[in-house]
Amino acid sequence: MSTFANEVWVFVEQRDGKPADVSFELLSKGHKLAAGMNGLLKSVVMGDGVKDIASETFRFGADECLLIDHPDLKNYKTLPYSRILIELVRKYTPRIVLFGATVIGRDLAPRVASNTRSGMTADCTDLQISDVEYLRTKYQNLLLQIRPAFGGNIIATIITPNNPTQMATVREGVMEMHPVERQREMKITEIPYVPVDSDKLVTIIEQYREESKVNLKAAPIIVSGGYGLGTKQNFQLIHDLAHAIGGEVAGSRAAVDAGFIPPERQVGQTGVTVRPKLYIAVGISGAIQHRAGMQEAKKIIAINSDPDAPIFQVSHYGIVGDAMDILPKFIEAYKNKLK
Amino acid sequence: MYNSIVLVKQVPDTANISGNVMREDGTVNRAKLPAIFNHEDRVALELALQVKDKFGGTVTALTMGPPRASDILRECLYMGTDRVYLISDRKFAGADTLATSYVLSETIRKIGNYDFIFAGRQAIDGDTAQVGPQTAEKLGIPQITYAEELIDLHDGKVRVKRKIDGGFEILESSLPVLLTVMKDAAVPRPYSAKRIMAFKSAKSLMELEKLVEGNSLLYIDKLVDEYKSRSLYIPTLTMDDLRLDADRCGINGSPTKVYKIESVVLAGGEHTLIEPTKAGLSALIGKLMEDHIFG
Repeated sequence: MSTFANEVWVFVEQRDGKPADVSFELLSKGHKLAAGMNGLLKSVVMGDGVKDIASETFRFGADECLLIDHPDLKNYKTLPYSRILIELVRKYTPRIVLFGATVIGRDLAPRVASNTRSGMTADCTDLQISDVEYLRTKYQNLLLQIRPAFGGNIIATIITPNNPTQMATVREGVMEMHPVERQREMKITEIPYVPVDSDKLVTIIEQYREESKVNLKAAPIIVSGGYGLGTKQNFQLIHDLAHAIGGEVAGSRAAVDAGFIPPERQVGQTGVTVRPKLYIAVGISGAIQHRAGMQEAKKIIAINSDPDAPIFQVSHYGIVGDAMDILPKFIEAYKNKLK
Repeated sequence: MYNSIVLVKQVPDTANISGNVMREDGTVNRAKLPAIFNHEDRVALELALQVKDKFGGTVTALTMGPPRASDILRECLYMGTDRVYLISDRKFAGADTLATSYVLSETIRKIGNYDFIFAGRQAIDGDTAQVGPQTAEKLGIPQITYAEELIDLHDGKVRVKRKIDGGFEILESSLPVLLTVMKDAAVPRPYSAKRIMAFKSAKSLMELEKLVEGNSLLYIDKLVDEYKSRSLYIPTLTMDDLRLDADRCGINGSPTKVYKIESVVLAGGEHTLIEPTKAGLSALIGKLMEDHIFG
């Protein structure tokens, strides 16, 4: 069976020379997965002047870093990046390749999977290594790719039993970032970049990026609103409550789709996963995709007019009633307590 | 003149799942879900139609799916699409994104002569956003995903504004190129009443076969010819029509397999009910302060 390299690779993404948190989160997870299959963890770093990022990956458990460092690779571009990664995957056949489910990861990973005919699962909420029996055949050390599916009514475990390489994307915050206690001696393998004509089919004319002011992951208190609030005007109460108690504002996917809040504030499987001290869910029914992003909060308060809403099942405190009535009272009661 | 191919998908309306869609064992009864035109694909079609309106050329829509997916192809015709194809075969069942992109890319190769491929960023049933890039890779053409605006098109080059993490960028690409578009990239036009009248009885091969089944006076070949002559035939492509490799289609061609499905069981649910009164809320806030959750 071991015609494949027993390796877990993590594509480490950088923007303007800064590594993305999600890549280190994935290295932390990859470190555990590699241990589970007695394999090696390798980071793949591409960019211009990114040796520091290559070194940093060892803090999160990398055994080796594959580094492709060249001025042409300063900014992410689909064609050179995917071509290089395809060549590497074809040459070394890693068993697992992980990507952040970011714009870059979701642009790059499917191209690599398509070319190398690898199995690929998007937005996993958990990854495990396990022996599997599937259709009466036994497989050792397969990657279990676990994700909610179908409107969140089911949790599916996906496997790639017969293809050499298993690929998955994971959203930011889903895995926890852990520096390793004792890092390996650095082994950075530089891979030369040899440009080809097709790399230049697409050029970047202009790029604008600003540091996100929103950092839900770091917020100790989050007040989150859902579709149940009905209108953007009503959603203002979420902002009012967050302001009063010093929390960040967030929302469910339905709230984002309805235009109540911008997508960078979405909590859940296809948004951010958070672990605050307090999470207040208002008018959120609690589909599994949402719960996947908040159920590890230390304390959860659910406010919903439907006493049977699933959100109550993961809550510590439940308040049944109309948010329009409850939130002003909550703010008032909080202010009174502070006096 | 620019020719566009648009990839469209019929999806279950996952936002409107009602009680009877879930079976007792917690699995989903797909047949009971209302099926809709994936919204971002409709936006993709609108962009293709705008290119045609401005520069001339043709718009061709493709969907791979079960026979009932011809519903959305009729909708494509109502919006102004020149040609539609239904790619449908039982042997495509169980396809993951890799097998799907194989079938789509081979179909596109056979249609040929295109400058653009447009697709929605992702379909709401899986949210994977994989089929677009996987298809572009198989065709060996560039892609621009997360497209927000088609800014300029001249001399065989297109400029597109796209979303990136924390901002946007403007890319210039040679043609052909595959674009996957975000929902705000365009506002889909309404159906034209004239085109609804013209195409509401357009039918795919499977739909005509159904008519024949119920009527011994009809012959399928004749019926297809008749619908073709009235421009009401929705060309239907099967695995054999496309001369595809069976090992790369459907479940055989899908490296990912569903190993386990668990219905969602909610744990315990031991929560304290708080009265929605000032006194109740005040007591809760006091408790949270004691626990150092606040402050």
